[in-house]
Amino acid sequence: MRYALSEIPLIKRVLRTRWLQWSLTALMLLFFVLAIIAGLVGTPAGNRNFGIVFVWIVWWALLILLLVPFAGRLWCGVCPIPAPGEWLQRRALVQPRPGGKLYTLGKQWPRAFRNIWLQNAGFLGVALFSSVILTTPMATALVLLGFMIVAVGTSLVFERRTFCRYLCPVGGFIGLYSQVAPLELRVKDAAVCASHTEKTCYTGSDDGYGCPWLIFPGGLTNNTACGLCTECLKTCTRDNIAIFVRQPGADLLKTTGHKLDEAYKGLIMLACAFIYSTVLIGPWGVLKETARAVGTRGWFAYAGIFLALNLAILPGLFWLAVRSGQTISQPVKTTMRKLFSDYAAVLVPLGLTAWVAFSLSFVLINFSYAWSVLSDPLGWGWNLLGTAGLKWTPYIPGLLPYLQVPVLLIGLTAALALALRTARQHGQSPWAAVPVAIFCTAATLGLLGLYLA
Amino acid sequence: MADSGGRAAGLLSISRTRWWAAGITLSLVLLALLAPLPAALAVGAAPQERHVTVSARSFAFEPGTVQVNLGDTVIVDLESTDVVHGLYVDGYGFSTQAEPGRPGQLTFVANRSGAFRFRCTVACGNLHPFMIGKLVVGPNLTWLRAIAATLITAVGALAVFWVR
Repeated sequence: MRYALSEIPLIKRVLRTRWLQWSLTALMLLFFVLAIIAGLVGTPAGNRNFGIVFVWIVWWALLILLLVPFAGRLWCGVCPIPAPGEWLQRRALVQPRPGGKLYTLGKQWPRAFRNIWLQNAGFLGVALFSSVILTTPMATALVLLGFMIVAVGTSLVFERRTFCRYLCPVGGFIGLYSQVAPLELRVKDAAVCASHTEKTCYTGSDDGYGCPWLIFPGGLTNNTACGLCTECLKTCTRDNIAIFVRQPGADLLKTTGHKLDEAYKGLIMLACAFIYSTVLIGPWGVLKETARAVGTRGWFAYAGIFLALNLAILPGLFWLAVRSGQTISQPVKTTMRKLFSDYAAVLVPLGLTAWVAFSLSFVLINFSYAWSVLSDPLGWGWNLLGTAGLKWTPYIPGLLPYLQVPVLLIGLTAALALALRTARQHGQSPWAAVPVAIFCTAATLGLLGLYLA
Repeated sequence: MADSGGRAAGLLSISRTRWWAAGITLSLVLLALLAPLPAALAVGAAPQERHVTVSARSFAFEPGTVQVNLGDTVIVDLESTDVVHGLYVDGYGFSTQAEPGRPGQLTFVANRSGAFRFRCTVACGNLHPFMIGKLVVGPNLTWLRAIAATLITAVGALAVFWVR
């Protein structure tokens, strides 16, 4: 069940032009630079600062509530962070260099790090300090600036978008959750790619650059690493690449390709959804203060618990669930590592819906800050659009549980369906999936408890 | 031919059973979440007047959780120990403010059961958007309904997807 969206003439034309995507990226870069400036020189009050409000409320809402669930990595296609580095690599802004030539040292990323472990570590680092970063404009500005400096440096030394593929802490979870999206970029006919010796989609041509994400589109089987930059749509001389609308979550139904680093990403994301729901939107003031008091004894205890939950406790419980399933079912030859990684597919819908539920609870409450910040981005008393005086108004706070419950139940249903499917794919009895199902149900109840109890 | 015909009939029957199971599960989940309950179940202890003093400081309310019963008349005295703070109750929409030495008061009838966040309404520092407390109006049927719906979903999903 697929429909080639990019075959609609208007969409095809839009995707082949370079201007639209470039304009969107440039616009995002403008916002990004403004967020950095606001963080560096604007008011230190987070809810009056463009950097905090537009990055952690507006952008985050757009990303986790709309773009990732419905369009996968579409954000990566217009993300401003790698843009300056990429423009330097290309020594061009819009039109491609002849042959898609890049100006970089072109080093290959070390083989040992061609995975998302560094992205996991980066995300954990940001998440650990989130109580500071999310609420302190200067910290947000420095983190964004840091991302951009690393991205530019990586572009100058390494080939293509190495930063996006292997380093960006945000890209790691967008990639993981983009498997849920009802949108994919794939080749129309693999046989056409096999017979195409030039492979311009990977090497580049006068029409565009070789895949910036270091992927051969002919071998693309899931959304995880495709940044939807659409370069391959421009460089394929056989018109053999399209963007399809598909069944949501289609990538997760495949047996192959699940890796331990991605399993850990799923666990880290779920653990962080729990921690944020407890610390940030829970009623325990002491937790918030401790999480923010970086360097104190209490904070080190918080950091220890945070890391233990992310790296040992939740993975340990999940491992126990998978192992129990293996014990209940007739033993199969598959290794525990492989079973662990494959069952971790359940964490994708479970984690994504957990993040949606968590995000709903603070985005809807705090979104109204955006109107005043639009008029006064630096908190200097301006009133550019006449909206500076608009008061904080929480949107539909009474309806939040009625949104969170269905969202979490949809995630649970998808997770259990995947657990049973994984058991069957490994030749296990359906009973093998029951402990994983219990894990997922307990996680859902735990989150609901934090929101509703 | 007879064999493949039999298998097709079997698959059709599985598919039909699955749809039935899905339909029953969805109905039960909706019932658990939305069905009206007898008044005796919905109302807990006899309504009374409750005085609660909530102390606000950057960035916490003390007590963090306030527990009352459905029908109670709740009088919240908000005291601030540092700067100006506000208190807004999600779902009820009531709010008040306090500054050191000048407490605020809020009176309302707890006529909706469930857990409701209350939060600071006056920008009081970096963690202001996360200065949150919780009002629990018992019996917390929203939470009990969510538990029931989750368990029904889990059992129902396993039943629906158990057979290939």
